[in-house]
Amino acid sequence: MLKRDVLVIGGGISGVQAALDLADKGYKVCLVDKQPSIGGKMVKLDKTFPTNDCSICISSPKMVEVSRHKNIDLLTYSEVKRVDGDAGDFRVRIWKRTKYVDPQKCTGCADCEKACPVEVVNQFNERLSKRKAIYIEFPQAVPLTYTIDYKNCIGCGACDRVCEANAISFLERSQEINLEVGSIIVASGFEQLEPSIRGEYGYGVYENVITSLQYERLLSSSGPTQGKVLRPSDGKPPKKVAWIQCVGSRCQEQGYPYCSRVCCMYATKEASITKEEDPTKKIYVFYMDIRAYGKDFQQYYDKAKKIGIKYIRSRPAKVYENLDRSLKVKYEDTQTGEIKDLDVDLLVLSSAIIPSRDNLKLAKVLRIEVDEHGFIKSKDLLLDPTSSTREGIYIAGCAQGPKDIPDSVAQASGAAAMALGPIKDRKRMTRVEKRKEIDVSKAEPRIGVFVCNCGKNIGGFLDVGGVAESAKKLPNVEWVEEDMFTCSEDTQKRIKQAIAEHNLNRIVVAACSPRTHAPLFQDTMEEAGLNRYLFEMANIRNQCSWVHSKEKDKATGKAKDLVRMAVAKASLLTPLQESEITVRRQALIIGGGIAGMKAALILADIGVRVYLVEREPKLGGKLRDIYKLFPSDIEAEKVLHKMIGEVKEDKNIRVYTGCQVKEIDGYIGNWEVEFTNGRHAVVSTVIIATGSQEIEPPASYGYKKSGQIMTQLELERTLKEGKIDKKAKNIVFINCVGSMTEERPWCCRIGCGNSLKNAKLLKEKIPGANVWVLYKDMRAFGKEEEEYYRSAQQLGVVFIRYDQDPKVTVGNKVNVEVLDSLLGESLEIDANLVVLTCQLEGDSSVGNLKRMLKVAADSGNFYQEAHVKLRPLDFATDGVYVCGSAHYPKNLSDAISQAEGAASRAAIPMLKGFTKSEGIVASVDEDLCSGCKLCIAVCPYSAIEFDEEKKVARINEVLCKGCGSCPSACPSGALQQKGYTDKQISSMVEAAFEEVS
Amino acid sequence: MVFEPKILAFLCNWCSYAGADLAGVSRFQYPPNVLPIRVMCSSRVSPEHIFQAFDQGADGVFVAGCHPGDCHYINGNYKTLRKVKLTKKMLEQIGINPKRLRLEWISSVEGVKFAEVVREMTEELKELGPIER
Repeated sequence: MLKRDVLVIGGGISGVQAALDLADKGYKVCLVDKQPSIGGKMVKLDKTFPTNDCSICISSPKMVEVSRHKNIDLLTYSEVKRVDGDAGDFRVRIWKRTKYVDPQKCTGCADCEKACPVEVVNQFNERLSKRKAIYIEFPQAVPLTYTIDYKNCIGCGACDRVCEANAISFLERSQEINLEVGSIIVASGFEQLEPSIRGEYGYGVYENVITSLQYERLLSSSGPTQGKVLRPSDGKPPKKVAWIQCVGSRCQEQGYPYCSRVCCMYATKEASITKEEDPTKKIYVFYMDIRAYGKDFQQYYDKAKKIGIKYIRSRPAKVYENLDRSLKVKYEDTQTGEIKDLDVDLLVLSSAIIPSRDNLKLAKVLRIEVDEHGFIKSKDLLLDPTSSTREGIYIAGCAQGPKDIPDSVAQASGAAAMALGPIKDRKRMTRVEKRKEIDVSKAEPRIGVFVCNCGKNIGGFLDVGGVAESAKKLPNVEWVEEDMFTCSEDTQKRIKQAIAEHNLNRIVVAACSPRTHAPLFQDTMEEAGLNRYLFEMANIRNQCSWVHSKEKDKATGKAKDLVRMAVAKASLLTPLQESEITVRRQALIIGGGIAGMKAALILADIGVRVYLVEREPKLGGKLRDIYKLFPSDIEAEKVLHKMIGEVKEDKNIRVYTGCQVKEIDGYIGNWEVEFTNGRHAVVSTVIIATGSQEIEPPASYGYKKSGQIMTQLELERTLKEGKIDKKAKNIVFINCVGSMTEERPWCCRIGCGNSLKNAKLLKEKIPGANVWVLYKDMRAFGKEEEEYYRSAQQLGVVFIRYDQDPKVTVGNKVNVEVLDSLLGESLEIDANLVVLTCQLEGDSSVGNLKRMLKVAADSGNFYQEAHVKLRPLDFATDGVYVCGSAHYPKNLSDAISQAEGAASRAAIPMLKGFTKSEGIVASVDEDLCSGCKLCIAVCPYSAIEFDEEKKVARINEVLCKGCGSCPSACPSGALQQKGYTDKQISSMVEAAFEEVS
Repeated sequence: MVFEPKILAFLCNWCSYAGADLAGVSRFQYPPNVLPIRVMCSSRVSPEHIFQAFDQGADGVFVAGCHPGDCHYINGNYKTLRKVKLTKKMLEQIGINPKRLRLEWISSVEGVKFAEVVREMTEELKELGPIER
């Protein structure tokens, strides 16, 4: 029976994030994935919106981190079969299927794949190509072990015969693993709807109709066409491509009623990449509403329109195939009312995100509930989105409902925080005991070189013996060895032996890539008592034998060069230490709204002393003004009252209301704070939860000229106070006031939801009133929001779509004039009440705070997270976190997920009790530093300070990430990057061009 | 004898070095004229290293980093862009054809691109011939 703290089910980006968040705190995690590799759906994507980051590039480091983490057990190709017990004491039975390949021996060389005679449809490439019966899903797979697909293997043994590493073991059996855990996180992800249920679009009948996920694989450089978009029918590049949105989404009758939340943006991304690559291509997107609701989404959409992507507002009726296999899309142009045809070469269906097909089975095993569609049900969708219906089981990512990557990642961190509940008092492992290091400071370099054959992967294409011979002649080299597999277990023993027998104090391995294998050898060195930074690798496989496989002599020559360069650098390597800073359990949370309070409660619960500071005289933030919540109609007051009570009762939380941060200075582990109430504190971490604010509506809307015109927030207050005019006959909501303009180009994300809620509410409250909502795009993207939209329509709220801003005139009466862009007709309303849904921007405190905390904010005063996709709650500066509307406007559910997530992120260093620097950091030679401060300007992490006394730069090693920007900017050579000093790099350059006899 | 140019490549750990690794995994063949040096970020490369390479025998230098916006260190590649532009100007002043220095953005999935760039650059340098030292 394995004893662990948390079981995470699903190794997509959500599961990976949750596992890392817990493991980093010192808890033991078991991560289970049913696929042979972790990575989930994100690794299938080509790029991510709105930054066009390469998807696999940013996920791969996290996946590798999981596989190397001392606190994570990774079980791939495995499934949870049975769960007994309760929170704090779950007993889990896992079925681990055999891959018939020994992961310890498999080197990922692909020889077996070439030998295998069986071709199988490649599911990873969305059925667009074939793979073999022995396969890895993708080159960056974790673990990088081949899998024999038992169903398709014919048992010919071809793979076994060619495997030099003897990794194939047909006798290896699947096994049952029994596990004890305290909490469980479900991150089972999603699937894309098979769009054949929308028969009118011809998917599965016409070859050139594909899904958006298939299109991602076509775009991907490692996909079936190496990144060239080619038509499936003839392999030719299409000249005209169209996307159809909402295939199976927002459609109760033939699919699912909800909005899938990500399709508008990924279609825009796919279309943009295609258009940017070849501007002569004609690109169309058929849409209902473009839901560009997230941070920078609207700007991304605007840019797409600018580069010539044509957006057509229509849900096409039917698709026909032409004789040349191109497609005819029949649609009604809703702007003109005409029925039209459009011929395209390739048609992409943005089909719905649906629950993972295993959810039902899984829910049964876990005894938790699913919602009516099959997504895992939250205990409370608004207030407790990360908890399942059963104590001790939590939800992350798309298992709960469609989500984009940053929302999934934030929720995963949130689930990790919630999962602490049942296990918080358990013993944790935050430090790994290491062997005492041998002092090499006074010894001359004595280098050991290990040259790998990698079976035939290196040895078959270059003369390994020759490379080893030439290494023997190099200065400082004391020991050279040729291995069949340098990464094998027995070679590790020999490396340790060689270090002891020959007094080696530097190691060079000439083999594959340091990106995948350096840590393995470095661990071996540590076991032998050598500092792990006294290591260098020569990549003679990936960057030599494999790519010059028809030029043996030249490849051998290049391998010798690479080894010479590595040895030259190794001679100059010095041991590096990772410095440490103490991080105490003390946190400052700025902003006492719902997000700040939630984060405070979570941290207080795990023993963190929290200072919660709120500018207003009372806690509660914007929610204090809100009448009812969306989309559930609960009174905000009730929610707030309960939470404020909990915060006030908690002994670990000190609340300062009517108070602000006057001064704050320092870094992680040591922030000194001065409050405006005269008090002082020292905290280790800071969470920013300062929220957002409404802008003042432009004068053209008649605001303040009449009491009948008010903002959403003012309406909420009026409703709360019960002062609403019950006789109002005509009520008009105007959305997007001051939004998506040149000055403020973003979408406020929650405005549509707010006006939906209040329009429905007024319609119900004032019988007989006419309620209009004037909107640009109806962005009801959240869970149950589309359904709410539908119910408002059924109730009789009239929705009018506009392109040109409505005109509000204030005379004796208030008059609203709008051009209905769907009917092409002008409408005039004598309004008794006009509600303006105003643009939102970051709080006014941002200017001061960002300066003091050394973090960034965008032009809308929203804080700039460390990474849009994968680090939505962190800053580039360590020890500072953000949540709620300070990041970007959020509804309650998202704000709470983020608050839990930010608490989880902040808890990592606080529970560990320390934070460590990288070994590879910058250093300053004070004698050479002229104090010019250039380095301070180039450092993206605010890791360099200026010592005013000595007039020199000083590195804060804990903040330095070791990029090496500063040494190359330093004009006096005072700055160096440890492990990549000028001398070390120069030695490699010199060795590269040394004439060899 | 055919002139075989020597190219020194500075590759950033997170994108370009990974792209070069992928070229290997995918077995894309390219000329063996390139010798890579791995740096954590392309912004580590200073003009000095580039001049040293030309001084000591390189016929071409190739710097590669993550695509704009993708930098593992937030914005290191933008600094690289500026530095390489400056270095090109200085190369011209000392009589070295600035085409011999090349900057490329290569992501970790662009194994094809890595192979192509090396192939292209090798061909170009063959045409340019050796540097007269």
